[in-house]
Amino acid sequence: MQIQVLLFGIVADLVGEDRVSLTIEKNSSVKKLKKMLCDQFEQLKNYHTYAVAVNEHYAQDDFVLKDRDVVAIIPPVSGG
Amino acid sequence: MKNISIKLTSDTLSLQECYAFVEDPACGGIDVFVGTVRNHTAKKTVHQLDFSAYGPMALKEMEKIASQALETYEVYKIAIHHAEGILKIGDIPVIIAVSAAHRAAAFDACKFAIDRLKETVPIWKKEYFEDGEVWVNAHP
Repeated sequence: MQIQVLLFGIVADLVGEDRVSLTIEKNSSVKKLKKMLCDQFEQLKNYHTYAVAVNEHYAQDDFVLKDRDVVAIIPPVSGG
Repeated sequence: MKNISIKLTSDTLSLQECYAFVEDPACGGIDVFVGTVRNHTAKKTVHQLDFSAYGPMALKEMEKIASQALETYEVYKIAIHHAEGILKIGDIPVIIAVSAAHRAAAFDACKFAIDRLKETVPIWKKEYFEDGEVWVNAHP
């Protein structure tokens, strides 16, 4: 299945893109997607302090993804 | 919701707009928090900040905070406005205004809102120094 991944802040800078599209096997969890990102982007090997949102809601590692979900990688926020 | 005003904009934030929104004949006090861009971090001189956001989710999270504030505290109305883009020293990245019958609830709700905003709303700032730039909090 196909997952859109939006990148923000330092993660976007590290990867050099603000969105990537990943093909991942059916019923994959957020945890699996994180591992895939880590494998695909050398720059993220040592950067793990981010949260994940699925379709604009924060999601935990065990959250199961569906085809065409939009995942956002959210490094520590610093608004205000 | 008519008691909540949420905004994420690249325009200049308006204190008057937030104040006017929360003003209510039933309220006995209005508490306003205004965030301003500081000219230093630790001992380094800051020239400007660049705020970026995951817009649609930031709006949802701000709305959530506002709803929670109204449910938790005895307050009438709340405005949470945040700016995006480049801001210079003294500019205003965030305004939170709360009206209540009594001051304690207004202070509490206002503090709750700004504290939560800094924890959950997907907005990031980059600080620009003379010799470089850095994402704030990126390496906690």
